[in-house]
Amino acid sequence: MMKLLKNGKVYLLDRKKFVKSDVLISGKIIKKIAENISEKSAEEYDCTGLHIFPGFVDMHCHLRDPGFTSKEDIESGSLSAAKGGFTSVCCMPNTKPAIDNISTINYVSRKARDVGKTKIFVIGAMSKGIEGKEIANIGSMVKGGVVAISDDGNCIQDTNLTLNVMRYASTFNIPIIVHPEDYSLSGKGQVNYGFMSTKLGLEGIPSLSEEMIVSREIMLAEVTNSHVHLAHLSTKRAVKMVRRAKADGINVTAEVTPHHLILTEKACDGLDTNTKMKPPLRTEEDRQALIEGLLDGTIDAVATDHAPHLDYEKELEFPKAPFGIIGFESAFPVIYTKLIKTGVMNLEQLIEKMVINPAKIINKDLGKIQEGAKADLNAIDLNESFIFTKDEILSKSKNSPFIGEKFFGKIKMTICDGKFTWKE
Amino acid sequence: MINKINLTGRCLFDLDDYSPAEIETIFETTKVMKKIIQRDYKKVPTLNGKTVCTLFFEDSTRTRISFELAAKRLSADVISFAKKGSSLKKGETLQDTIYTLDAMGIDLYIIRHESPGAPALVNRYTGKPVLNAGDGPHAHPTQALLDMFSIWEKKDSLKGLKIVIVGDILHSRVVRSNLIGMKKMGAKVIVCGPRTLMPPKVDDVYGVIPEYDLNKAVQNADVIMALRMQLERQEQGLFPSLGEYSKYYGLNNRVMKYAKNDVLIMHPGPMNRGVEILPEVADSEHSIIIAQVTNGVAVRMALLFLILGGKIGREVK
Repeated sequence: MMKLLKNGKVYLLDRKKFVKSDVLISGKIIKKIAENISEKSAEEYDCTGLHIFPGFVDMHCHLRDPGFTSKEDIESGSLSAAKGGFTSVCCMPNTKPAIDNISTINYVSRKARDVGKTKIFVIGAMSKGIEGKEIANIGSMVKGGVVAISDDGNCIQDTNLTLNVMRYASTFNIPIIVHPEDYSLSGKGQVNYGFMSTKLGLEGIPSLSEEMIVSREIMLAEVTNSHVHLAHLSTKRAVKMVRRAKADGINVTAEVTPHHLILTEKACDGLDTNTKMKPPLRTEEDRQALIEGLLDGTIDAVATDHAPHLDYEKELEFPKAPFGIIGFESAFPVIYTKLIKTGVMNLEQLIEKMVINPAKIINKDLGKIQEGAKADLNAIDLNESFIFTKDEILSKSKNSPFIGEKFFGKIKMTICDGKFTWKE
Repeated sequence: MINKINLTGRCLFDLDDYSPAEIETIFETTKVMKKIIQRDYKKVPTLNGKTVCTLFFEDSTRTRISFELAAKRLSADVISFAKKGSSLKKGETLQDTIYTLDAMGIDLYIIRHESPGAPALVNRYTGKPVLNAGDGPHAHPTQALLDMFSIWEKKDSLKGLKIVIVGDILHSRVVRSNLIGMKKMGAKVIVCGPRTLMPPKVDDVYGVIPEYDLNKAVQNADVIMALRMQLERQEQGLFPSLGEYSKYYGLNNRVMKYAKNDVLIMHPGPMNRGVEILPEVADSEHSIIIAQVTNGVAVRMALLFLILGGKIGREVK
């Protein structure tokens, strides 16, 4: 049966703004967008007061499947993503086994299709077993449908290997996503090297650890003429380096997470392990630079880096707890409440960062609310506030520093390929 | 006269939660406790029936013995947990270990642990008062209290004193707690050591001045505290050799000339004689290093007494 979304404020791609319209969905496709559609055979949904966005695209998440399905699996991850308004997510390959071969790619893709809640695009490994020793079978993985390659949290330290991966990958015209971290500098660091590492007596992760690799990858991208995407930037100098690289015409893109845009190292003061992440939360100066970079186009995308860990894993002494936090269900409300409602950015800019640019980076035709396009969208009540509670999180893991906070921007429904994947 | 500020049931994670008046209360009580341990019969029945558990996840001699002696001198029952030979070796988490112990009826925990924040976790798991006996490089508040008491006892107050702490500031929990406490009590503190052993933003975090030249740092100092230099730091490439360290940051008679005539020399121990401090200084009339150890027991008695609700004036006379 067709679906008719009535009276919503719809983001029209061709006009690049929200316009009061009706949207008629037939099967997987948006059949019609007009001011007043009347279609008797369609089921009507009143969207009065709601904003209809193109479905969000998360280019960096961890679904933990295969290997760590107690933390998350493709089904729970998809549901969580759908509740957050996402219709497409890209999962990182640091699973067990690592996603470095066709059979694992097929496993994820098949399971994603069976669940059918969110489009899941697979990111393949750069090195075999994400061990940083040998180049992975990138050509085969590209043929198998991966949208990018990355060793993510296992940043390849060997510069020559990285150079060869980039040279080789450029043959297949695929972006290389890098988690920039020089392990000799970050060592056993737990929080940002600076005020908080001194105050808490924890080992620090210096900004330099990120910046050394950002600098290296920019040079390698230039030399190899490949597309390097820098994941979750966190420092002022890294933003500056990417800005300069872009001005020099180097094919570099970058992302930032909602938590690095909102929180600073001060959040770690109570030693809540839900503030422990990589890269660590940095200073206010860094945070401001990230916002500036996001607004001036240096940073292309906002990605969640959704990293589920169970309570018992996080409820340990700070140095023993794993790094990372979940992000699907808080991403939009956090950005909307803290950056849009406060006038730092607007909804159109958010769509660029959470839909248009990530789709462009992974070379997928996504996120277009227009006639004939795939019906991937969500409807949000921007005025409705809610408390972000553990009980309502659909991810198997609840490791979020935002629990207990009040946010605006309630996601009322998500439609992926014409089907409701989340509906309040 | 003891200022009657009630500290019953409180935890001591670090000194930032304690006001100057509360610290004065601890000092005044320590004075009384010190008299007890100087008697022939060194025991009072104050904490009879209370059970104190020491949880030492890291090796320690003086701190553990000092705490246990303090508890015993107040007649508390003491249970000692050591990581070695415990169920932690079998993979039990800190949380489960603490739940097991707590089920046995403990009134107060004393914990040393390699992870910053571990004492707060123990308090969260049990709801009982917890004394931090050192959590990683984060804090060692009872050591800071005994250091401060040792100065207070000699100088009547810390207000306006120039205190220099020299050594591995980066990895020292003793320094972190001392900086909070000494600043709170009105001292002017200078930290001194090579740049590789100086924590970032130390001036922003603690409002203290970092100085890299020891001769300059100790000019007109009232107190100089040397810290233990670990060979491990040399292996980590943080300084080239103990010899070179000693040359630039060791306390010797030549350096002492810059300080005040009545300067106090301190060291939290154990000392590397000939490295951070030369015998000529460690054993000089200025040294109060041995007094620090004695004061450690008295300070810990005072804390246990105050936190476990001992009555002033009746049992302690």
